[in-house]
Amino acid sequence: MSDIRNTWANRVSDRGMLYLFLLPTFGFLLFLVIFPLIWSLYLSFCEYSANAARPPVFIGIANYSSLFREKEVWDRFVTTGKFVFLAVAIEFFLGFGIAMLLNREFYGKGLLTTLFILPMMFSPAVIGKFFRFMMDTNWGILNYILGRLFGMPKIAWTTSYEYALYSLVIADVWIWTPFIVLLSLAGLSSVPKYLYEAADVDRASGWFKFRYITLPYVAPILILAVLFRTMDAFRFFDVVYVLTEGGPGYATQIVPFYIYKLAFSFWRTGRSCALAYVLLIIIIALSNIYITYLNRLRRA
Amino acid sequence: MAEVVLRDVEKRFGKIQALRGMTLEVRDGEFLVLLGPTGAGKTTTLRIVSGLEEPDRGDVFIDGVRMNGVAPRDRNCAFVFQNYILYPHLTVYDNLAFPLRSKLWRTEEGEIRKRIEHVARVLKIEHLLQRKPDKLSGGEQQRVALGRAMVRNPRIFLMDEPLSNLDAKLREEMRVELKSLQKNLGATFFFVTHDHVEAMTLGDRVAVLNQGVLQQVGTPEEVYEYPANVFVARFVGNPEMNFLEGFPEGGKLYLGDLALALDLEKVWKGREVLPSRVLVGIRPENILLGQGGTVGEVYLVEDLGADKIVRLRVGETLLRVRVPKEAEFSVGEKVPYLLVHEKLLFFDPITEKRLG
Repeated sequence: MSDIRNTWANRVSDRGMLYLFLLPTFGFLLFLVIFPLIWSLYLSFCEYSANAARPPVFIGIANYSSLFREKEVWDRFVTTGKFVFLAVAIEFFLGFGIAMLLNREFYGKGLLTTLFILPMMFSPAVIGKFFRFMMDTNWGILNYILGRLFGMPKIAWTTSYEYALYSLVIADVWIWTPFIVLLSLAGLSSVPKYLYEAADVDRASGWFKFRYITLPYVAPILILAVLFRTMDAFRFFDVVYVLTEGGPGYATQIVPFYIYKLAFSFWRTGRSCALAYVLLIIIIALSNIYITYLNRLRRA
Repeated sequence: MAEVVLRDVEKRFGKIQALRGMTLEVRDGEFLVLLGPTGAGKTTTLRIVSGLEEPDRGDVFIDGVRMNGVAPRDRNCAFVFQNYILYPHLTVYDNLAFPLRSKLWRTEEGEIRKRIEHVARVLKIEHLLQRKPDKLSGGEQQRVALGRAMVRNPRIFLMDEPLSNLDAKLREEMRVELKSLQKNLGATFFFVTHDHVEAMTLGDRVAVLNQGVLQQVGTPEEVYEYPANVFVARFVGNPEMNFLEGFPEGGKLYLGDLALALDLEKVWKGREVLPSRVLVGIRPENILLGQGGTVGEVYLVEDLGADKIVRLRVGETLLRVRVPKEAEFSVGEKVPYLLVHEKLLFFDPITEKRLG
């Protein structure tokens, strides 16, 4: 009996066991998320270069104030804003439209839905490569098709100032429209069918039904979808890295990519940390606008 | 304001045959009650009239115009659904205004307000107008659903058990209200219920359905006094009609269960010759206690308030007998009983149709 009582397992209480299980996760979280977060916040107030042998020197808000003075940084934000707005807006309308089309019973619906979701399953780097090939000016399939079908001249998709940002938008739309489709479908299928029947008897027009039945049901989930997409679009990096590398010139250097450049090409670690925090604050602010609106909808 | 004709309508949902060869004519301005148990096809009938379902076969006519393929919104029917179906994101007021604001039937807002206020007063939901449906009780939701049908001036009211969730008092008031609505608007009513009391009190005529087949159409009195078959006889009336086996032979009707022989000419007025075996039905109020020569034993007394139901045991049979509430019977008491001869109904035991 005494040897049972003295085993190691018996000396650990239930609560102790709980903490033991949590410990590894907590460790990972601490070292991979929380510590870098705090450390980078500290670095954003320092003059520091990760590849130099000097320790970080505290310089207050100098990184931040210099960021705001530079036109180059503002330009990056304008580019980013353009990209986020275009990509999210197109994804939203395209995605919701496709969902409306898919939201009915027809033969092969399951297969078609699966096909639509496929883009989300690829690695972004692979997608970047795809698009690089497809959008190649001379032998890319996109120019070939456009030329054949519409007789359009060849477009330098990824390498011209005019089109490079649009090629990023197209790639992002291709990857993430399915996400909006999925969420919209979930929202649409949550609308009870009998409401449409009641509206039919009540002589409602198609628009009336959409406005007063469909939209109130799907609006919250649509806002969530746009929120997720906006947050994510602000962090768009991998496809840029593969497809345009921020070029030509600075045409596609959106903020996340610029941060990467600052950090790992110019080794201005402190400054890149500061910019990353500025981006974070912008995303949080935007999210709050959405969430406020969402809550207002929920209350109504 | 509308006459509705269903001709040989069939409807099937997968393996379930919801309606079989349904032929029914509803007169202009008539209050027709569809009565039947669950799965009888009552709701399906309403949905076919409204256009929410298309019949697999057969035709629907409203005012002589064939309606097959005509969209619900072009039929000008108001539908009160069994589960109310209010628009959850709109206030009660906007719910009521919904059918009037439709682009196809645009009504002026001032007129809408007037009509809603009137209907709200009738339905006693004035204090609820600014609430959302999820803040209402079941009965309140049901009244709003009724109101949404009443604010319009539809040709036809289709009502699927619209009073089922109201308390008894309100239900009675609503019955009166519905009848006066019928009188004032002159609209045609289709009213679904499984409650025969509701059917009797509301209907100009009652259509009894079972398993997708129309059993009988007639005034409440016809359906009650002269049920077309055993099903109607059993379904209409509470407590149920008593059924006994009868053997007509040599001028006598032998009721085997009661060990009783009645003079056939007193109970059977029909011309045709009865088969050698019949089902004899008699309503509980048509058995009189305290009279007659044969005796039964009181098995159970149920007090219904207004009257009492006595279960009388005769041999192996339990008869239901309705007696006035003043009557006093104790269990085990031996009581003479009498079947009112003229009230006996005869049914064919095989086809279950009423004879005569």
